Amino acid sequence: MIEAHDLEKRFSVLRKAGRVRRAREDVVAVAGVSFTISAGEMVGYIGPNGAGKSTTIKMLTGILVPTSGRATVAGIDPTRRRVEVARRIGVVFGQRTQLWWDLPLRDSFDLLRHVYRVDAEQHRRDRDELTELLDLAPLLDIPVRQLSLGQRVRGDLAAALLHDPEVLYLDEPTIGLDVVSKARVREFLAARNRERGTTVLLTTHDLDDIERLCSRVMIIDHGRLLYDGALSTVADRLGEDRVLVVDLAQSTPALQVPGARVLSVEGPRQRLAFRRSETTAAALISAVSAAADVVDLSIEEPDIEAVIRRVYAGDLTL
Amino acid sequence: MQYRTSFALFTLSQFAITFLDFVGILVLFANVDALAGWSLAEVAFLYGIANLAFGLADVFVSPVENVQVAIRAGTFDQILLRPVSPILQIVTDGFSARRLGKLAQGALVFAFAVAAVEVDWNLARVTMTVVAVLSASTIFGALWVATSCVSFWWVEAREAANAITYGGSFLAQYPLGVYGPWLRRGLAYAVPVAFANYYPATYILGRNDRLGAPSWIAFASPLVALLVAVLSALAWRVAVRHYRSTGS
Repeated sequence: MIEAHDLEKRFSVLRKAGRVRRAREDVVAVAGVSFTISAGEMVGYIGPNGAGKSTTIKMLTGILVPTSGRATVAGIDPTRRRVEVARRIGVVFGQRTQLWWDLPLRDSFDLLRHVYRVDAEQHRRDRDELTELLDLAPLLDIPVRQLSLGQRVRGDLAAALLHDPEVLYLDEPTIGLDVVSKARVREFLAARNRERGTTVLLTTHDLDDIERLCSRVMIIDHGRLLYDGALSTVADRLGEDRVLVVDLAQSTPALQVPGARVLSVEGPRQRLAFRRSETTAAALISAVSAAADVVDLSIEEPDIEAVIRRVYAGDLTL
Repeated sequence: MQYRTSFALFTLSQFAITFLDFVGILVLFANVDALAGWSLAEVAFLYGIANLAFGLADVFVSPVENVQVAIRAGTFDQILLRPVSPILQIVTDGFSARRLGKLAQGALVFAFAVAAVEVDWNLARVTMTVVAVLSASTIFGALWVATSCVSFWWVEAREAANAITYGGSFLAQYPLGVYGPWLRRGLAYAVPVAFANYYPATYILGRNDRLGAPSWIAFASPLVALLVAVLSALAWRVAVRHYRSTGS
C-alpha cells in the first residue's frame, strides 16, 4: 500500500557566515529510506526530533518532492499525481489542524464533503458514525478555535477519515493529550484499523502509542532507518536485562548470587540485574531466598523507552 | 458579511480612491487636448478596459498572493493535502467582496468611455471589446499568479512583485505612445500589458498608431493571454514542487 525506494530529501540552507556573507549548506533530512507497508498494517515510525520522520511523511503525501528515490501510495506516485493520492489518504498533524479555525466542526465537515466530492448520503452516514465513535455530538456547533486540544484532535481525526481513505498518516496524534484523551484516540484508531482495514503510519514520541497499536515499528535517526520489524523483537533482543528487586528482612551487604549482579543496595532493598539467557527468574529467586530472608520482591521488565534511548544514542545496533 | 458598515465604508473608500485616480487624467486633459494623439474619450477607453480587467483579476485572482502567508505559516501543507487545486483554495479562502469598489470604478469609466468615443459599434468591434476585456483580465490574473510564485523562493519578496502587477496595470492606463522605446518594448513583450488593452483599442477605435507593429497584432490578444496563462501555470507548478514546508 505504501512503498518507499531509496527516498532521499536534501535541503539547502543558508547559514550566516560573517556580516553579509551566507554560506550555502546541504542538509540531508532523509538519506535513502526504503520500506514497504502492506494494506491493513499499522506501523509505528519513531525517532528523535529532527530524525526525518515528518519529512518522510511529507514525501509520502506529496507535500514535499523527494530529491531522489521514489514513493508510491496505493500504487500512485504522490509527486506526479498528488491530487489523486490526496483522495485516498487522510492525514492528521497533531501540532496543526486542517479544520477551518473560525468554523464549527459541522461546517468544516460539510466543506470537506465538497472538497472530496463525497456523495451526500454516504457522507451523512460516515459523519454520523464518526461523530458517535469520537463523541463529537456536543462539539459540532462550536467554532474550532474554541475547542480544547483533545477535542480538536478528535475533530481532526474525523475530518481526515470522512472520505474513507485507504491510508491514514498520523504525525504525533497524541502529542499534548491527557491520559483519557490518549486512550480514546488509541481505541478509536485500533477499531478503525480492525474494522475497515485502514493502513496506518503513525509517528510518535509516545512509545505507549506504539505498544498498544502497532505490531511493527520503524526506527529512524539521522535520516536512516535503524530498525524495521516487530516491537516485541526490539524488546526481546535488547531487553535481555531484567532486574529483580528484593526487600530483605534486614539490611545486608550485597548478595552474592550466581547469574546476577547487584546494581544497588538501599538499606534492606537490593536490585539485582540478570539476563534471560543466563538464568531464570525462578532460579534466581530461590537462590536469593536461600541466602537471605526475603520480605517482598518484584521484577522490572526492560523499559522499552530506555531501550530506544540507547538505540538513538548509538549504544545498540539492531 | 459580518460587518456591514465597515464593508460599505471600505468599498466606498476604494471607489473614491480609484475615482480620484481618474480625476488625475481629467486634470491632465484640462491642460492638453491630446496625449500622444489620443483624445480624452480614447484614453478613458484604454483606462476603462485596464481598470475593469484589473478589477476582475483583483477580485478573482489576486488573493493568490496570500500564498506567501500560507508558506510562512506552513499551512500550505494542508492546502497540498486536499484534492483541489491550491490556487483555487487560496483564492476562495481569500475572496473579499471589498475589492468590488475598484471594479465598480473601472466599469463606470469604461461605460463612460464607450458612450463618449466616436465609434461605429458593429458586431466586430463589440466582439473585439469583449475579447479585449477578457484577455486583459486573463493577462492581469496570470501576472498575479506568476509573481506569487516568487514567494516559494523568497518569502519576503512579494512586495517587489507588486511592481509588475500594480505597475503593469498603471502603465496600461495610458497610450503606449507616451512612453519611450524601451518601456514600450517592455510593455509589449516582457510584461505584455500592451496586449491587454492598447493593441485591441487601436483596432476598435480605428487608429493606426501601432508603433511599428503589424496590423494583425490587434487580434493577437487572446493568444498572448493564453500564452501568458500557460507560462504562469507552468511557473506555478515548478514553484509548488519547490515548496519546502516548515520544520515538524
